[in-house]
Amino acid sequence: MTLLAFDWAIIIEKLILIAIIVLTTLLITLYTTFGERKVAAILQDRPGPNRAGPFGLFQPLADGLKLIMKEEIIPTSASKWLFILGPGLAMTASLMTSAVIPWGTELHLFGRTIELQIADINIGLLYVFAVVSMGVYGIMIGGWASNNKFSLMSALRAASQAISYEIAMGLALIALLMTTGSLSLKTIVADQVAGNWWNVVYQPLGFLIFFICAMAECNRTPFDLPEAENELNFGYHQEYSSMKLGFYLFAEYVNMIMSSAIMASMYFGGYDLPFFDESTVAPNIAAIIGVGTLLIKIVLFVFLFMWIRWTIPRFRYDQLMNLGWKKMIPLALLNMLITGALILSKL
Amino acid sequence: MNILEILFFALSALAIISAVMVLISKNPIHSVLWLILVFFAISGHYILLNAQFLAIVNIIVYAGAIMVLFLFVMMLMNVKKDKEPQKQLWVKLTGVIAGGSFLTLLIALVKQNTSFQGRDVLLKDGSIGLIHPLGQALFTDFVVPFEISSVLFLSAMVGAVIIGKK
Repeated sequence: MTLLAFDWAIIIEKLILIAIIVLTTLLITLYTTFGERKVAAILQDRPGPNRAGPFGLFQPLADGLKLIMKEEIIPTSASKWLFILGPGLAMTASLMTSAVIPWGTELHLFGRTIELQIADINIGLLYVFAVVSMGVYGIMIGGWASNNKFSLMSALRAASQAISYEIAMGLALIALLMTTGSLSLKTIVADQVAGNWWNVVYQPLGFLIFFICAMAECNRTPFDLPEAENELNFGYHQEYSSMKLGFYLFAEYVNMIMSSAIMASMYFGGYDLPFFDESTVAPNIAAIIGVGTLLIKIVLFVFLFMWIRWTIPRFRYDQLMNLGWKKMIPLALLNMLITGALILSKL
Repeated sequence: MNILEILFFALSALAIISAVMVLISKNPIHSVLWLILVFFAISGHYILLNAQFLAIVNIIVYAGAIMVLFLFVMMLMNVKKDKEPQKQLWVKLTGVIAGGSFLTLLIALVKQNTSFQGRDVLLKDGSIGLIHPLGQALFTDFVVPFEISSVLFLSAMVGAVIIGKK
């Protein structure tokens, strides 16, 4: 009987890795919502949430409990299955990115070498791109299934915004690929660890474009047109309540963390701790230092996202489209041309 | 049955069931969503054939971009299932007969063709679907058709801009 004759240990290993990554991401997300409120409070010169527990540290738990305890409402005219599918899709798509991110070097445990990456695929970056383009379905389906004009309008806005900024994002990625010569995130990070400079030195403009597009893809202010509460009531999740609404709100934060991880890996050396030679310590310790470094970089990026959110007001819709099509795409093309010319001149 | 066969049959069943659902869904939005599932199942097949690049491009282009535009148009037109004009019975019957005969023709062709017989599918190995061999092939052996097709895309883009300006 050769049914399912393959290495079961690797399946179990990967399942444990996936569980750890997903749970950690959700835990970090929980505290990112807390961080968001604290950062907003600091920038607006007020104390922020400080009642639940020491320094208000239990606030996210209270928020989560509140969301779960609320009454679950499905509008009678909504199409029920899609209404439930929407938030699930949004959450799945945002978590799926984590599959190709190299979280560290390898651990040696129980005589096995465990890669701290779920899947090192040949097409890692394209996979990220595909998952990003899937993310818009959660919003579109949710907005349409609510059977509410405001929800639909905001879902369409979200979709057109995402599509517009995906193009510039892809062009920025192409320029990065020209310098790295690989689509595998693991190779990209390993090159940066081995070489002296991070990719941001070679691709400053590309990074800027990618960062702005990532902000637009995450629907963060100044790009939060899809949920512009003073024009569209509450946006695509207006009809949602309880944990379904919570999923939509959470997915935004998960997206933020994932795009921070991607940016850190692509442009800022991933798990590479600068001015430190990883080969001088034991491999397991080096791996843990690597994971910690990546987490710190992610937190810094998330802070940058929040800082921008509470500093810059929202775009008008035509300004958003102008920026996307008439500024970002030509800039990204220019970046690609310059990169190509430099690579040619070096040959 | 090894794991590849199980995956193959699961994906094929998924693809066929979703394709049938595309046809029999009354609501056009549901049809589009089922079609997206078909694309995912086909991408799964590509991955079984080790054509990773093709699989991911299928998802990016078809499931990620074209289907979003389909959904966009459907949602903006706000097609309701009860307002949709129902076709007459004989039109449906003709369609079923024509489609059925075409299917029989295809099956007969595949069964008769000797070049398909006794050949194994290259599962899990074969590297033509990976990025390096594919890029090599496109930019050396097939560079002229590749460039011509890019001109075709350019002309489509120019056409869209001209129509948009009117």
